Amino acid sequence: MLIKLAWRNIWRNKRRTAITVASIFFAVFFAVFLRSMQLGAYGKMIDSVVRFYSGHVQIHAKGYWDDQTLDNSFSQNDPDLAVISQLDNVELTAIRLEGFGLSSVGEVTKGVMLLGVDPTTENLLMGLGDKIQSRALFDANDQSVIVAEKVAEFYHLSVGDTMVFISQGYHGSSAAAKYPVSGIAKFTAMILNERAVLFPLKEAQNFFSAEDRATSIAVIVKNPNSLKETASELRAKLDSSKFEVLDWEEAMPELVQAIQADGAGGIIMLMILYMVVTFGMFGTMLMLIQERVYEFGVLLSIGMSRFKLWSIVFLEGLMTTMVGAVLGVIGVYPLVLYFYNNPYEFTGGAAQAMREQGWEPVLPASLDPSIAITHMLIIVVISILIAFYPAITIRKLHPVEARRN
Amino acid sequence: MSAVIRTNNLQKYYNPGEPLEVRALDGVTLEIERGEFTAIVGPSGSGKTTLLNIIGGLDHQTGGTAHIGDTEITALNDNQLIDFRLHNIGFVFQAYNLIPVLTAKENVEFIMLLQKRPKAERDARTEELLTEVGLADKMNNRPMEMSGGQQQRVAVARALASKPQFVLADEPTANLDSQSTADLLDIMAELNQKEHVTFLFSTHDQRVIDRARRVVTLEDGKIISDVRK
Repeated sequence: MLIKLAWRNIWRNKRRTAITVASIFFAVFFAVFLRSMQLGAYGKMIDSVVRFYSGHVQIHAKGYWDDQTLDNSFSQNDPDLAVISQLDNVELTAIRLEGFGLSSVGEVTKGVMLLGVDPTTENLLMGLGDKIQSRALFDANDQSVIVAEKVAEFYHLSVGDTMVFISQGYHGSSAAAKYPVSGIAKFTAMILNERAVLFPLKEAQNFFSAEDRATSIAVIVKNPNSLKETASELRAKLDSSKFEVLDWEEAMPELVQAIQADGAGGIIMLMILYMVVTFGMFGTMLMLIQERVYEFGVLLSIGMSRFKLWSIVFLEGLMTTMVGAVLGVIGVYPLVLYFYNNPYEFTGGAAQAMREQGWEPVLPASLDPSIAITHMLIIVVISILIAFYPAITIRKLHPVEARRN
Repeated sequence: MSAVIRTNNLQKYYNPGEPLEVRALDGVTLEIERGEFTAIVGPSGSGKTTLLNIIGGLDHQTGGTAHIGDTEITALNDNQLIDFRLHNIGFVFQAYNLIPVLTAKENVEFIMLLQKRPKAERDARTEELLTEVGLADKMNNRPMEMSGGQQQRVAVARALASKPQFVLADEPTANLDSQSTADLLDIMAELNQKEHVTFLFSTHDQRVIDRARRVVTLEDGKIISDVRK
């Protein structure tokens, strides 16, 4: 009966209820939309950085992160590494050998990042094949290189041209060789697009005289929400005297900070939005109480407890809130879905700035249901906080005074 | 007959001890027997409503005592009073008695729901009471769909639904036309005579006073006459 009474009460003043529901609807609509776009953008940033290069988790030889030289590499055939693929949350692992060297074409030279990769794995991980603009992706046994777009532009290279590389190999050995260019790749991340030269892993190992050696294993997980658990599991299972395990947040603290700084701005906007809605909801509650004081007096007089009376008013607030919040979520879902499937694409300077940060210049929405749930809960909590006002009013209400109202 | 209501030297002073002290009730001693049909009359400010409020457990006295049956109602705390009112006293107010969003049936049933009575009993009693007040055909009407007189009849049915020791009616006919007043009084008189329901009214209305079988007159918070017809 209390629920029935509360539900009917909220429709006593249809216009006022409609206005309140509408304000909650728009609050939830905008909050969920803004947050979905924001978190979607962060997700994309993380995904493009993580997927492209770092992986969700990186495994190195102990000490490599602080001193990134080939001498701090590890054997890719180390039996300890078998545990990685045994973890349920591990989707993919990519073994890499990374070093730096001097490249030369004709009389021109340029420092480049020399990256030994397994083409099949990298194709799965970052869609390497799609990034090749000329010819096809090399295979594991090729003795050729794929050059990043900007490196190719620097040297005016075409497929089939030859490049010379000089570097220091494993344990101080000299590394020098020439390779034909088998493809030119356009990478999203500017840092790679300006200096990367990709070798088949085996050829990179030959070049650096580092047979079977690798500098990192990038691990992609199935469920990024369980990333920390997976990283902990890896730390527990791998010999800590031989390997170090970093999740992407540890590997890229600057990205985490950038997201936190941007996220704080979004949260302040949402706080302002909710503050406005809170005052609207409180105003409604204030009117609702003031115009029903006589009725409350009658109900107290005939023997209704103050708690039951407050429960009705609380339920009225909660139901109004829930109607607005649920409609808000239903209303915003198609829009979020649209931007999930058709991400907004930046152009011009904004796109360039994003590329320089290593992010794809697109803004997709996030479909994470926790966003809608969180904002519905926020509205419900606001509704509960507002319910303190009727609780105090009803507690102080004197049935005789109320009926004089 | 046994006394349902007993007040002993009941006092209600506002601003006691101050120059602007108001004595709303000044030593009222009264006994209402079971089955009485009593009107409390007097000019405005004589203390009628104050007396009913204290007897009904809606207000606190400054001095004296009031008993309902064996319970000293003036000694109960706020929560005890709410529970006591729910189970022992029926109320009919001047107007706007009913919950506007509930039908006549639901309004009558509501009090029994608060008493946690079983559904079968609630349904049977609601139908019985609404039939007694002549509104069997208006059970599913909301207050807005009924006249003032019909609403007051529903209020009487609701007051009786809790099976109270007595019904307090504070100026129940104040907003009714002559016919509605007559109808309401007929119903209450019939309930009083057939079922021995105790009614205690405060009223200015001569039509109510004429139908009452006992008239207690208050003036300046004191009983100046108590006439049984």
